[in-house]
Amino acid sequence: MKKLDYVIVGNSTAAVGCIEGIRSVDKAGPVTVVSREPYPAYSRPLISYLLCGETTEEKMRMRPADFYEKNGVNALLGKRAVRVDPGRKAVLLDGGESIPFDRLLIATGSRPFVPPMSGLERVERKFSFLTLDDAKALGAALTPESRVLIVGAGLIGLKCAEGIRDRAGTITVVDLADRILPSILDPRGSAMVRRHIESRGIRFLLGDSVAEFEKDRAHLKSGKTVGFDVLVVAVGVRPNTDLAAGAGCAVGRGIAIDERSATSVPGIYAAGDCCECTDVSSGQRRILAILPNARLQGETAGVNMAGGEKSFANAVPMNAIGFFGLHVLTAGSYDGEAWVETAPGVYRKLVVRDNRLVGFILIGEIARAGIYTSLIRERTPLDSVDFELLKHKPQLMAFSAQRRAEKLGGAK
Amino acid sequence: MKRVYVNERWCLGCHLCEYNCAFANSGETDMVKALQGAEIHPRIQVEGDNKISFAVSCRHCDDPICVKSCIAGAISKRDGVVRIDRDRCVGCFTCILVCPYGAVLPSPDGHAVRKCELCTDNASGEPACVRGCPNGAIVFEER
Repeated sequence: MKKLDYVIVGNSTAAVGCIEGIRSVDKAGPVTVVSREPYPAYSRPLISYLLCGETTEEKMRMRPADFYEKNGVNALLGKRAVRVDPGRKAVLLDGGESIPFDRLLIATGSRPFVPPMSGLERVERKFSFLTLDDAKALGAALTPESRVLIVGAGLIGLKCAEGIRDRAGTITVVDLADRILPSILDPRGSAMVRRHIESRGIRFLLGDSVAEFEKDRAHLKSGKTVGFDVLVVAVGVRPNTDLAAGAGCAVGRGIAIDERSATSVPGIYAAGDCCECTDVSSGQRRILAILPNARLQGETAGVNMAGGEKSFANAVPMNAIGFFGLHVLTAGSYDGEAWVETAPGVYRKLVVRDNRLVGFILIGEIARAGIYTSLIRERTPLDSVDFELLKHKPQLMAFSAQRRAEKLGGAK
Repeated sequence: MKRVYVNERWCLGCHLCEYNCAFANSGETDMVKALQGAEIHPRIQVEGDNKISFAVSCRHCDDPICVKSCIAGAISKRDGVVRIDRDRCVGCFTCILVCPYGAVLPSPDGHAVRKCELCTDNASGEPACVRGCPNGAIVFEER
């Protein structure tokens, strides 16, 4: 049989998962990776840790230096894929080259969303915060006296704030929403995390937005003015779906994939932040832009591209994020009946719907959260466990002796 | 592959495994010196009530979700043991969020995490929880 040619567009978590997935089935078929970024695969969620010195560029590398060579991967780094020709089965690069494929993975990730903001072009030192180059550029622009303005109080904006806290003079965060981290926290949890971050000297201006930028100041809708030297725009991200759409793949919010990471076009797969998939906690189609999903979708794609059989059918939104020592672990969706427990420095919320745990928020007290996450992912009926025990803390005691024997004892 | 298993019927809930684990991972050679007056941070934890108890530690899963979820590439599985590279770990706790056994735990310093590495990362030579279990409830065997 002819060897299959594999092409992967993108070179982050999903691509690494895909390479390993392919090689678990097919040791021989040539793999070509095309990436705009000139670096070997690195972990994007680590860029804030790079700025605060908790990691290094070397440690951010996802795999050892010989990873591509060992896996028979031709890595075309610093090249851009401009078009996919599904008829000729080829990926066209910006340099004019055409790379043929039998199986293609589109793992193009996302890009920063910068809304139209009046006067933004006048700001000289403005940055996004998604890539290693973004982090390096921001790091180079900072001085201990820098007044930093961050637009966006979501995961990216706030991890950025934490990462640069000790490298800047003042940090102000503006967001149109009336609370921080609205995508993962309810108002109460959000207020708690906000107070903690504020205690480290970061200032929030919420329910407000920039009406007009000057070179070194922002006039807000509320009438306030914020002076700054460095601007970070972290309003949100948009999935890079153009390549897939151009190839005829169905695209909703993101590139639509099934449990096998297949798109609507035979031979073309997609994985990671550019995709939408089914969130089993809500049953809705969503973009679940988190590293574990990218890894699992990529690996699933790779196995299926190489002719194996793999399904990843229990994706849920989930985030583990910490700010200045306060840990926040969340998963699932929050539409349902809630149980809430609080103590000083602690907030725990469990959300139940239709005899299933569908979501949780744990702040401050996060031990063994994965027991909750697995209840969501496995859609465990709550009448099959002792939910009264689980409400107070995640524990395996809540399962039946039989289930425990299976889980812990290796019983089949 | 050999793993640590606990037989609920024999577990007394005495918590000695937790102390033996903490001692084995303390780097000390004297148990009193290692544990006296200290808050212990074992990698095995006893659960249960007056009737049933059992100890839980890393299952060293065949397809470990912690390894695939780690944002820092700090968790790997080598020679059947799921290991933490403390130098790479940034303490984001994604592994704690995904481990279905609740077997990955925060380190006392808040950075990095701790988990059972089957005493391959200390001087114990064999799992200390197994060796010290007074009722033979914890075993290290192939299943």
